[in-house]
Amino acid sequence: MTVTSNNGPGSDVEMATDLISVVIDGVEMQVPKGTLVIRAAEKLGIEVPRFCDHPLLDPVAACRACLIEVEGMPKPQPACAQVLGEGMNVKTQYASEIARAAQEGVMEFLLLNHPLDCPVCDKGGECPLQNQAMTVGRPESRFDGDKREFEKPVNVNEQVLLDRERCVSCARCTRFAEQIAGDPSLELLQRGAKQMVGTADDEPFESYYSGNVVQICPVGALTSASYRFRSRPFDLVSVPTACEHCASGCSLRTDYRRGVVTRRLAWDDPEVNEEWNCDKGRFAFAYQTHGRIDSPMVRENGELRVASWPEAIAAAARGLAQARGRVGVLVGGRSTVEDAYAYARFARTSLGSDDIDFRVRQTSDEETAFLAATIAGTAVSVSYDELESAPAVLLVALEPEDESPIVQLRLRKAARRGTKVLSIAAVASEGLAKVDGERVAARPGDEATALRSLEAPVRELLSKPGAVIMVGERAAGSPGTLSAAVELSAATGARLAWVPRRAGERGALDAGALAGLLPGGRPLADAQARDQVAAAWGVAPNDLPANNGRSGDALLAAARDGAIGALLVGGVELSDYADPALAVAAVEEAAFVVSLENHHSAVTERADVVLPVAVVTEKAGTFLNWEGRPRIFGQVFRDALTMSDAKVLSMVAEAMGDSLPGDVRAIRAEMGALGPWSGARFEAPMQAAGSPAEGVVLASWRQLLDSGLMQDAEPHLAATARPTVAIVSARTAQALGDLVTVTGPAGSVTVPVQAGDVLDDVVWLPMNSPGCHIHSELGAVPGSTVRLTSGGAA
Amino acid sequence: MTLTPVITEHWDDPELFTIEGYRRHGGYTALASALGQDPDAIITTVKDSGLRGRGGAGFPTGLKWSFVPQNDGKPHYLVVNADESEPGACKDIPIMIANPHALVEGVIITSYAIRANHAFIYIRGEVPEAIRRVANAIREAREAGLIGTNIQGSGFDLDVVVHSGAGAYICGEETALLDSLEGYRGQPRLKPPFPAVAGLYASPTVINNVETICNIPYIVGRGVDWFRTFGTEKSPGFKVFAVSGHVNRPGIYEAPLGITMRELLDYAGGMIDGRQVKFWLPGGSSVPMLTAEHLDVPMTYEAMAEAGTMLGTGTPMIFNDTVSVVKAVTRWLEFYKHESCGKCTPCREGTYFITGTLERFQHGHGTDREMETLVDLCNQISGRSFCALGDAAATPYPAALKYFRDEFVAATTSPVDDEFDPAASYVFSGAAAR
Amino acid sequence: MTISEGTRDQLQELVARYPRPRSALMPMLHLMQSLEDEVTPEGISACAEMAGVSPAEATAVASFYTMYKRRPVGKHHIGVCVNTLCGLLGGDAVYEALSERLGVGHDQPTSDGDFWLERIECQAACTHAPVMTVDWEYMDDVTPSSAVDVIDRLQRGETVHSTRGPVIRGFRATEHTLAFPEDGLAAEGTPVDDKMLAGLRIAKERGMSAPAAGQEG
Repeated sequence: MTVTSNNGPGSDVEMATDLISVVIDGVEMQVPKGTLVIRAAEKLGIEVPRFCDHPLLDPVAACRACLIEVEGMPKPQPACAQVLGEGMNVKTQYASEIARAAQEGVMEFLLLNHPLDCPVCDKGGECPLQNQAMTVGRPESRFDGDKREFEKPVNVNEQVLLDRERCVSCARCTRFAEQIAGDPSLELLQRGAKQMVGTADDEPFESYYSGNVVQICPVGALTSASYRFRSRPFDLVSVPTACEHCASGCSLRTDYRRGVVTRRLAWDDPEVNEEWNCDKGRFAFAYQTHGRIDSPMVRENGELRVASWPEAIAAAARGLAQARGRVGVLVGGRSTVEDAYAYARFARTSLGSDDIDFRVRQTSDEETAFLAATIAGTAVSVSYDELESAPAVLLVALEPEDESPIVQLRLRKAARRGTKVLSIAAVASEGLAKVDGERVAARPGDEATALRSLEAPVRELLSKPGAVIMVGERAAGSPGTLSAAVELSAATGARLAWVPRRAGERGALDAGALAGLLPGGRPLADAQARDQVAAAWGVAPNDLPANNGRSGDALLAAARDGAIGALLVGGVELSDYADPALAVAAVEEAAFVVSLENHHSAVTERADVVLPVAVVTEKAGTFLNWEGRPRIFGQVFRDALTMSDAKVLSMVAEAMGDSLPGDVRAIRAEMGALGPWSGARFEAPMQAAGSPAEGVVLASWRQLLDSGLMQDAEPHLAATARPTVAIVSARTAQALGDLVTVTGPAGSVTVPVQAGDVLDDVVWLPMNSPGCHIHSELGAVPGSTVRLTSGGAA
Repeated sequence: MTLTPVITEHWDDPELFTIEGYRRHGGYTALASALGQDPDAIITTVKDSGLRGRGGAGFPTGLKWSFVPQNDGKPHYLVVNADESEPGACKDIPIMIANPHALVEGVIITSYAIRANHAFIYIRGEVPEAIRRVANAIREAREAGLIGTNIQGSGFDLDVVVHSGAGAYICGEETALLDSLEGYRGQPRLKPPFPAVAGLYASPTVINNVETICNIPYIVGRGVDWFRTFGTEKSPGFKVFAVSGHVNRPGIYEAPLGITMRELLDYAGGMIDGRQVKFWLPGGSSVPMLTAEHLDVPMTYEAMAEAGTMLGTGTPMIFNDTVSVVKAVTRWLEFYKHESCGKCTPCREGTYFITGTLERFQHGHGTDREMETLVDLCNQISGRSFCALGDAAATPYPAALKYFRDEFVAATTSPVDDEFDPAASYVFSGAAAR
Repeated sequence: MTISEGTRDQLQELVARYPRPRSALMPMLHLMQSLEDEVTPEGISACAEMAGVSPAEATAVASFYTMYKRRPVGKHHIGVCVNTLCGLLGGDAVYEALSERLGVGHDQPTSDGDFWLERIECQAACTHAPVMTVDWEYMDDVTPSSAVDVIDRLQRGETVHSTRGPVIRGFRATEHTLAFPEDGLAAEGTPVDDKMLAGLRIAKERGMSAPAAGQEG
């Protein structure tokens, strides 16, 4: 269908400022010009029945369930598509026999071919068709013919199942796929009474957002393999939660029954995820129950054994106290703000150390300086809404579809309204195409040069009020990039946003879980900052570490080299570091290792004390998303016996003779009292670009669905992941053939070749996908020189 | 009223389909005159002529053209609706086969008037003969410099493309046709915006029926006054009537609007075997049926409306008393069910419901209660479906019930084929039937 | 099947015919049927790629229109109009006779792959009822016996003329015409027949005509 304007009829409501007077069911009201009848009626508390209507999708007026009477119009009109005009007099089913009869007639038709299988249907109990049949339907059916029958169910992808006989052809799913996700591989097929939802032959519905179609299906036609037949909605307890996976910061609803999470839904959060989420956020939660560490352990005679809590706490306290002043703290990127704060404070007080970092990935000193100067302790500076209205958005070392999927959706929405998206990248990705984006070519490692040599038209675009530069966490691996981004922001006035991948990074930064930075973005080296923090913590300023500690590879190297006496590690997967061998050596060489974990890992294997901690459903907490917006969530399982990292740390501190708040409320109160830093900030980095790499250069990022451990035990989700391939230019692909072996310093991988819009002399590989883990298997990072050989021979 | 061949005047010349043949009979002289005029003057001429769309709805053609915004900086398009698929309608296809250059000339003049540089003729795919004849005419016109750049030194550029459909009645609905032409499933679009403002590729677009466009060269060439000598004030002009059914000489009859069915029937040689007219439909299955008592109603837009029906496509189907109205209505509903695009609930599900119920009547298994339910169901579709296909589907039954209630009552007890021998309706003899 | 370079060129030509590539989707699908007498998943993918749409979007289009077939049609497509007028005037009997002769029902191919039988809707030839189509070319005014005779002659390999068009060439050839309508056959046969001339002949016989321009009033 042709897009006739950038704004769908329903989308410009917020922007209109002219008010018009209308009457709905005898009630006079004022609404912004352009308001749809159905939305205005909602404001009066009048619910007009609807199926195809969805406030975030372009109206189609297909289901006809919402027919209402408009004075002066000969036929009943669809409330979902009828725009209100000045003086319009509308009568809904409550005030018009015409409307009531029309709605009742449509409901009879909708139920005609719909099976009476509500007792075995997932949707039963929360079904718009069921509910509205009760309110507007006829008490009994006049139809005694044969209902349509289809083979049931069919997979539209590995996760999403379709029972076609239940479908009412509302086209919500297909419109979502096309309009919102930009993945038009789900379509209405056939026509008339044979019309059905489907895909091309043997081509599944490929989308990172496929679970949304299950949620917005107004009947039980679309269900998920992971939830199908698992429970009845009325047996579930629902809790508002926040997604722990990425820094997009989705609001979710977690449903559980008898102590087990059965499903997660996207929750309506207009400022953030609207009503959508990604499939990882929706389906990747089996890890919460799968393979958990259920009791503390201590190492005895070289072997880990189960221990009591008092014994394990005492052992941890003893070992850490012995190394006081020489302890490194590694905090995982998905810690809550409160837990990260506990690590930050515990490190500086009980451990007397500033050797702390939350970044379990490639880092740099330039990034540390950038974060301290530009991001830490700042309030929401760029918001989703501002992305939507930005004239231009420049992406740097960021692939939103894989690395922050809700940013991708908002950029697509923005692009449909006219925002120009540009990306400094070597790969013009599918995700970039979906935001109608344009690539500014740069090989990995050359981003800084590209930023400093942008052409005038691009700089002009970025100089328009509201323009945004979004930098991803991978910028840390490309020397000078963050410095150049700061320069560009200053020169053009475009605002700068930093989009880390993991849900906890922005919060951990603000909590002070980074060497040199105290909570709220306070410089450890600043006397006033030290005074404030020391007062809040009830210690003397001089009790805080005197000098900035180590972070990044320097911290790991210090542990490996014995300069650090003990390591406290919370929620870290060693293979996620850019140099996994260094990380393993660090843990192995450290004299004493305490691990706070919920799953067995390379750290727990080597730890001296293992303290099991809660997963997100077992504790309350907060994440800060990329915007800096708090995503506060409550405890789903209130009777969980597990403890948060903060609580466990407070017990260790107590055993060390210190006091540390372990309770979420106490931590929030303490952080709130401190507030953000308003004093002098760090200087922004001014680093030159690195020298261009020789030969073929590796481009890489983590795909949304990959080997990440939090996706464990969810096979249907894993089956919707993109296949592991090497993407190269068409020319290179032709030279390579079907398979390529990519060789780096540590080894090689052999993967299928796919031609794409990639710069020559660049090969793209997934960072951490089945059959391709570039850090461990290649010893490479984005920007590394690699060698390509045709076929399987290395 | 006499027959007045205009569009059909030279159809007996086997060379008429060629550009030479067409020119021999004065073809393309109107174009030459048009290119010398201001485009707005042509729009005014067509407005003044009172020409109404010949596709079924009868919307004033000149008015439609005047809705196209001018100097808007967007490309304009002319789309010819040659999807003639309405049951009973069989006049556009013969026109395209016999006189394709009249259509091409009309397309060029219309495009010039509305400032379109691109015209599409969307011809249903099931009629390759019409498609090849029109494509041939376009090729000849292009070779003669009547299509292309700077046509006849006028500075006007035009490209004309023939687009083959692929079997979907709904594509006769103009916005569904546009979606189909854009490469989508042919489902109707939400209006507004209307095609005149945002049609093909979201640009201003005029969509006209084949016969409508074929009127243009004659109106432009011979003038408004001449055109208005035909027909009535509200229904000016002539019409290519196609008479079909149980008549002795079914075929094409061109006459002024206002001619009666009785006159047309007379030209068509009367009813086969002198049997009685049972019911007839003035213009396709989508208009309510009439009976023998309506044979003297003038075939104009206004008189047909007064008689409770519509002129529609102006292609009357006439059935004699051997035909079961229950069977006829059931067959039409099967058609609408088959052709429902599926977009809206009332049409998709309503045609499914009604067809199933009517099939039971056909087998003598209807009930009195269902006769009333069917009325309800038609009311539940009519005026509530997304487009006119649903309204059309809700038309045959109420009209049939109005005149032939007894037959539906009879179908509650005995199968229609028992009451009406199917073979009695055949137009061939028993020997041909083997 | 694999799409040859020649086919690719033809697809490209169709794309070039329109302001936007997607508009070429329907003629491209017709072209596929001229190559394979059906629309295959590979054909759909090729068309989708050229039109710049997903295979699902092209599948949605291919499945919407009844002329696109997802199984091989065979040499000849045989249609019988069974809409009200044709059907009741004898089309029903014609269909029954053909169904019996071919041994297949609606929308089915014969086992030898020679014919595909289909109950079709109104062909805009009601004046010529009952109407049959062979490869979508008109076979007007058929009877059960004349319809069966057409099948017999086609099966024997005899030349069969459309009543208002060229010689019957086969399903694929017609599909090619639908993609590329300039097939050079516009002058073939007698497309304008007695029924199309019925009114004109009476007018001439009886001296009726439209008033000439300038003679009004």
